[in-house]
Amino acid sequence: MNAKKGTWVRIHDIVLTAEERSPNIPDDTKKVPLEMWTKGFILQDASIGDIVEVKTITGRKVKGRLVEINPYYSHNFGEFVPELLEIGLQLKTLLWEGDKNE
Amino acid sequence: MSKNSYEAVMSRKSEIMKKAVGIDFSKFEHGKISFDYERMMRETGYSLVEMQKIQGEAGVGNTPLLELKNLTALARKLAPKGKGARIFIKDEASNPSGSFKARRAANAVYHAKKLGYRGVIAATSGNYGAAVASQAAIHGLKCIIVQECYDSSLKGQPEIIEKARKCEAYGAEVVQLTVGPELFYTFLKLLEDTGYFNASLYTPFGIAGVETLGYELATQFREYVGKDPDVVVCTNAGGGNLTGTARGLIKAGAEEAQVVGASVNLHGLHMASDEQFNKKSFTTGHTGFGIPFTTWPDRSDVPRSAARPLRYMDRYLLVNQGEVFYMTEALAQLEGLERGPAGNTSLAAAFSIAQELEEDKIIVSQETEYTGAGKHIQPQLSFAKENGIEVKLGDPKDEIPGKNIILPKHPKLIKAKDLDLNNIRKSYIKNCLSVTKAEELSKEDIEFLAIETKTNVEYVQKTIDEIKCKKL
Repeated sequence: MNAKKGTWVRIHDIVLTAEERSPNIPDDTKKVPLEMWTKGFILQDASIGDIVEVKTITGRKVKGRLVEINPYYSHNFGEFVPELLEIGLQLKTLLWEGDKNE
Repeated sequence: MSKNSYEAVMSRKSEIMKKAVGIDFSKFEHGKISFDYERMMRETGYSLVEMQKIQGEAGVGNTPLLELKNLTALARKLAPKGKGARIFIKDEASNPSGSFKARRAANAVYHAKKLGYRGVIAATSGNYGAAVASQAAIHGLKCIIVQECYDSSLKGQPEIIEKARKCEAYGAEVVQLTVGPELFYTFLKLLEDTGYFNASLYTPFGIAGVETLGYELATQFREYVGKDPDVVVCTNAGGGNLTGTARGLIKAGAEEAQVVGASVNLHGLHMASDEQFNKKSFTTGHTGFGIPFTTWPDRSDVPRSAARPLRYMDRYLLVNQGEVFYMTEALAQLEGLERGPAGNTSLAAAFSIAQELEEDKIIVSQETEYTGAGKHIQPQLSFAKENGIEVKLGDPKDEIPGKNIILPKHPKLIKAKDLDLNNIRKSYIKNCLSVTKAEELSKEDIEFLAIETKTNVEYVQKTIDEIKCKKL
């Protein structure tokens, strides 16, 4: 996929490699790099995976690897959690009809 | 060593911070351990009247105080005869950015503008980011929020992703990182590169911003029920919520109100662990912040934190993740209030201890927070299941953080657990001694520690002797 100059994109960068990380962190975290994601308007035409420069919404210029074009949010309300349904029913029974289990 | 290497940037920490906060903390220092907290709050903060004006003009504060009559009735059904205090909640979700953090941000951003900064930066994965972004929008300042958001497999906490979205909605730039305390390095570099103001959560004006909450509580209760609240329960993480609220209560003359801290028990999960990052279902209000910040407040991003919860805390309660999720559902189902889970930590604790109090007593959970995609019981529990956490109905006392979430199978199983405050106090004094490497303490230092721990000189002296004995 290609992004034209001026497109809103997301870039990725390694802030610290595993070797450069602080000594005072748990071993599992020490094994992996510290990574960073930033968004901005891309300053040149590029393809996913290219090292590019962007201008962020506050006007900073930041370099990184192009990972997403027109990035959007997809977080949601998750999948059905059946256990939750029971809570309201039980509470209403307890409060309005008395606890039949006792 | 290059100018931007980790070591080089960290070594410039004090210098960068001084420029970015505009406070010379050294002038409040005296003694080996002690510093003049009240003078710091007085000289670098704002008066209550000034803050009410600053916050009022930015649409912050004067949130509704709601009586939770159905939850009270439920608590009374479960409590011994004659017990079951009236439960209230302060609906802080009504603030512009959806949480009490707007109070802290309103002051910080106002202050930044007054000092002539062009922008503000905050390091936060929580509601504070949205609060700073919202206030920056009102004041026309630029805003950058730095978040710890993903694990190394690029899996993000849905709650934190939602907060990133909200920050962007207010026009802020969001910089997202993987797990690790070196977030501070990125934060310092950004402060240095941009020259923006550090809208730290822990500055005197930020903490003082919460005083209006405590003050409002007292005045609203006096109007509504004709007396002060007996117990005020505050969700405790970095300590600012509890500190500011307690100071506000004192300023209103409600000194008799018992101030109780409540945190979600995440015992056993390491906060800086990449593998455990997505095993937790709460990203704030938990013991991973609550305990370290209570026992050593000066670990924050300013030399002297204005959040010093041990000075004001009368009791410290732990609740489980399952209990808080349950209360969040109960608040929606019985009170018609759909609010975010983390803010309901204090509600779960309040519901539990209301059952110890007489019916004529008043207990208040002093905040709510907004809810939405990602930041809601449904996605948070769904995400927990995705990460191998067992979710079931049962007895919450069997909950093991990182392994399961146990929703109480009956509301009578909601039992907040008391932490021994003496252990917390001892641990604070121990941390003071070890960080400052102080051998002999002056009378001034001992008096300071007595105030810091809400105890007395004899208690502090005895504790120091015990710590020294153990060392020998």
